[in-house]
Amino acid sequence: MDEVVAVRRVVKRFGAFTALAGVSLTIGQKQFFTLLGPSGCGKTTLLRCIAGFEDLSEGTILLEGRDIAGLAPNLRPVNTVFQHYALFPHMTVAQNVAFGLKMQGMAPGPRLKRAGEMLELVHLSGFADRLPSQLSGGQQQRVALARALAPSPRVLLLDEPLSALDLKLRQAMRVELKQLQEETGITFVFVTHDQEEALTMSDRIAVMSAGEVRQIGSPREIYEAPVNRFVAGFIGETNLLPVRVASFAGGMARVVLPGGHQLTCPGAQTAPTGTPHVSIRPERMTLVPPGSGDLDASVERLIYLGTDLQVLARLADGTALHLRMQNSARATPPGAGSTIGVAIEEGAARLLAD
Amino acid sequence: MAGHAASGAAGTGYRGLTGPLLLPAWAMIGIFLLLPVLLMTLYSFLTKEFRGGVDWTFSLAAYDRFLLSRGLFGDEPPVLEWTYITIFWRSIWQAGLATLICLIVGFPTAWFIATRPLHSRALWLFMITVPYWVNLLIRTVSLRFLLRDQGPLNDLLIGTGLLDSPLRIINTNLAVQLGLFYSYLPFMVLPIYAAVERYNFALSEAAADLYASRWTTLREIVLPVVRPGIIAGCILVFVPSLGAFLAPDLLGGAKTYMIGSLIEEQFKGSQGNWPFGAAVSVILMTLVLIVLMVYARARGRAEVR
Ligand SMILES: Nc1ncnc2c1ncn2[C@@H]1O[C@H](COP(=O)(O)OP(=O)(O)OP(=O)(O)O)[C@@H](O)[C@H]1O
Ligand SMILES: [Mg+2]
Repeated sequence: MDEVVAVRRVVKRFGAFTALAGVSLTIGQKQFFTLLGPSGCGKTTLLRCIAGFEDLSEGTILLEGRDIAGLAPNLRPVNTVFQHYALFPHMTVAQNVAFGLKMQGMAPGPRLKRAGEMLELVHLSGFADRLPSQLSGGQQQRVALARALAPSPRVLLLDEPLSALDLKLRQAMRVELKQLQEETGITFVFVTHDQEEALTMSDRIAVMSAGEVRQIGSPREIYEAPVNRFVAGFIGETNLLPVRVASFAGGMARVVLPGGHQLTCPGAQTAPTGTPHVSIRPERMTLVPPGSGDLDASVERLIYLGTDLQVLARLADGTALHLRMQNSARATPPGAGSTIGVAIEEGAARLLAD
Repeated sequence: MAGHAASGAAGTGYRGLTGPLLLPAWAMIGIFLLLPVLLMTLYSFLTKEFRGGVDWTFSLAAYDRFLLSRGLFGDEPPVLEWTYITIFWRSIWQAGLATLICLIVGFPTAWFIATRPLHSRALWLFMITVPYWVNLLIRTVSLRFLLRDQGPLNDLLIGTGLLDSPLRIINTNLAVQLGLFYSYLPFMVLPIYAAVERYNFALSEAAADLYASRWTTLREIVLPVVRPGIIAGCILVFVPSLGAFLAPDLLGGAKTYMIGSLIEEQFKGSQGNWPFGAAVSVILMTLVLIVLMVYARARGRAEVR
């Protein structure tokens, strides 16, 4: 069987507040699956439902095909790296890491040996006899990781495990975590609100907002083919342009851009609701002489970003537009107030579902 | 060098007071702690005056009386005197039992209160402490009234037909235990409450996540983490129970005579013996200190490990 976790129409309410509003997703064997979304969108709640710390209001969660509704957390072959570590303060690092193995009935000798291996894996070999309070935040996080990995769970749930680390260490840990996941073959369900983290590490990403899954796909799909305005805006920078749909068939649409130019673009599988928008990434547009591109805009500001120049412009109807041009000697940047033409790369515009 | 010293002072500046600011603390400790203990120790080495009070001549008579028996007229060869040691032993046992009962009842109580919603915790704590606004003597006397053969409790038991003849509680060990339990329960509940309130329940979730059952979680995680509160509670109940005299006096009989009563009697009326009372107090205090020090050592070692 290929799917390890299947979440089916899960609803979770806290009193009158709905934290999860019908979430469905499936997580495959050995996948690095990421839940991505802004703070408060229900990522932790969903993890807690999978781990068994919250009862579902509605829906089911299957683990390897088995409904785990009635299963207490200690009976689920799932381990968690908690958002705030939750290391046992009265136990040494080694005892912390060995705790799950002890509970599984492993003898002291083998379990301490395995704890040692786990600590080696997270580069904390010299810290086995320290107490958690004697470690830095990043070290504690790595202990939490080792502790959750030690019993070789079927699924490892990680709740923003890199949030306490500084940028350098976080980048290093991203690579290590990904490697670890590939080596151990354990299915990772990884929570983050950092889109870069999600894009670089994941096999699949579920983008959530306000208790709902807004899109599921590979990093490339999520970034290049967002299906709605939320996903397009949340992942990376984008331009949202209001359009009129001239024709729509089989995921291909002919749209009329502000200014009257027509464009064929791929996009949503269903006809958009409300005002249709297309999403265009800033780096997929180029500056051309006025009148020769798809859009005409007047430049408002130029922002120097080092490798790039960001051009902030406005269309005639008032829609803001920003694009990027490489900071090279060959290209002369437009002056503020001047009119520019903008060409949209083939296939770069996506029609959004809402 | 000067700079170094200054930075050192700044480093400790937040930790404590220095110089004249310490005076009130030292005065308190001196007047209310050291002075009485020294006086008591001094009195224990003096000679007994007839109608209470002391004669200012050095004597070991008080300790002699506690430890050794020399027959009715004091002329037989000395043997170990068991009377007072027995009373000590009984007191320790009684106080230990009372502590255990307070712990068994107090822990769940504290747990219950600490896990209530924030706004109702204060109310629960308030209710736990309300009875303590009434003087201990009055409460103990009321308990005696409640428990006696013709008291409300027995009236109720007989009235409802549960019993034919009154349940004899008063003047038994049970009554003394009830008295001690009732007197000192909050001293168990409050420190445990404080510890449980600080307990991070995510630790229990982490334990469950790592396959620990509820009981194992309680044993391996919860109890060790809240242990300081439990130990504080046990000390706060054990120590005053050990020296209690109201409960044994008013609720117990001859068989439940405890150290507190023994000491109390030595300072009452013309029957008293101040040096002996002081000596018993010194011995009691020394015992308590030894127990606490052994505990502190054990704990220090555990922490180093
Ligand atoms: N026990 C609870 N009672 C009431 N509301 C809760 C409870 N737990 C979570 N919530 C609410 O559910 C929503 C989702 O919370 P959750 O912790 O899942 O967010 P999150 O996506 O993990 O956010 P973050 O990125 O900040 O960790 C929040 O609005 C939160 O206030
Ligand atoms: Mg969270």
